[in-house]
Amino acid sequence: MLQVSIYRYNPETDSAPYMQEFQVDTQGRDLMVLNVLELIKQQDSSMAYRRSCREGVCGSDGMNINGTNGLACVTPLSDVVKSNKLVLRPLPGLPVVRDLVVDMGIFYKQYERIQPYLQNDTTPPAIERLQSPEERDKLDGLYECILCACCSTACPSFWWNPDKFVGPAGLLQAYRFLADSRDTAARERLAELEDPFSVFRCRGIMNCVAVCPKGLNPTRAIGKIRELLLENAT
Amino acid sequence: MVTNVTNFSRSGLSDWLVQQVSAVILALYALLMVGYFLFHPGLDYATWHGFFSQTWMRIFSLLAFIALAAHVWVGVWTVITDYIKPIGIRFAAQIVLILAIFVFLVWGVQILWGA
Repeated sequence: MLQVSIYRYNPETDSAPYMQEFQVDTQGRDLMVLNVLELIKQQDSSMAYRRSCREGVCGSDGMNINGTNGLACVTPLSDVVKSNKLVLRPLPGLPVVRDLVVDMGIFYKQYERIQPYLQNDTTPPAIERLQSPEERDKLDGLYECILCACCSTACPSFWWNPDKFVGPAGLLQAYRFLADSRDTAARERLAELEDPFSVFRCRGIMNCVAVCPKGLNPTRAIGKIRELLLENAT
Repeated sequence: MVTNVTNFSRSGLSDWLVQQVSAVILALYALLMVGYFLFHPGLDYATWHGFFSQTWMRIFSLLAFIALAAHVWVGVWTVITDYIKPIGIRFAAQIVLILAIFVFLVWGVQILWGA
């Protein structure tokens, strides 16, 4: 029997959050953490968590699994469980709506702030704006982000200043558009980022890289943004 | 764009650059000092005073003091804005930081160039 300890909080009935213990029979199988949650949901249907695609594409079930952020659906028990104990908490630093469900409002606000869409002030061609294969290659490792928030909620700089520091997820996307050969708004984008908080609150501790379920590297993207800022200003 | 008035240079980019460059200056100065102590085991006041009377050493020391002042301003300002949230206490801490840097810098210059 797997020992599972889950963060429970229902603001309508609980005065404070608490940890609830469950026993789950995995029948010796190496389940994904999400499968364990589904088994627990059968024991206690009041347990709340988000899930959708269950294959690491939608980014709904980001949570803190034995102390490390990750997607429950693509995290096998064998990767995280030591001495038969599984501890599940909501993503750190965001307000808890209920149990493992967090309010991602401020995370999306930072994403919105970097204007995550192509901006081009030249006349559109008849069919589409073309890119060379080399130009397209520059977007690899950037566009794959699913906005699960595992990285930003693992970042102390984002915990302390979520209203001012864009966070690794938003900055990865900021660089995705700065690096796009079809985007002509680089100067305006950079001007929005050169203050002491938006980009420069990153201290390069690379928690984001360590937890990203898609294996992306926001720290590298932040370094590239710094380089572009410097190029633009010296 | 997030606006700020109490950080070193008003600009995050400039703050960051100042911190990188000042770190290199401070690293070189620290290496020089450690090396100097290693090569002068029985150091007396006259030798020490003579070392700091040379023009190049005074220039390098002043450069290191200024680098330290800027480095501390950027670094501690960052720590203050991370951990102190109430605006009154935060502002007071920032003022104390800036005044302390000023006092130590002037004091350092006086020791270096005086007498």
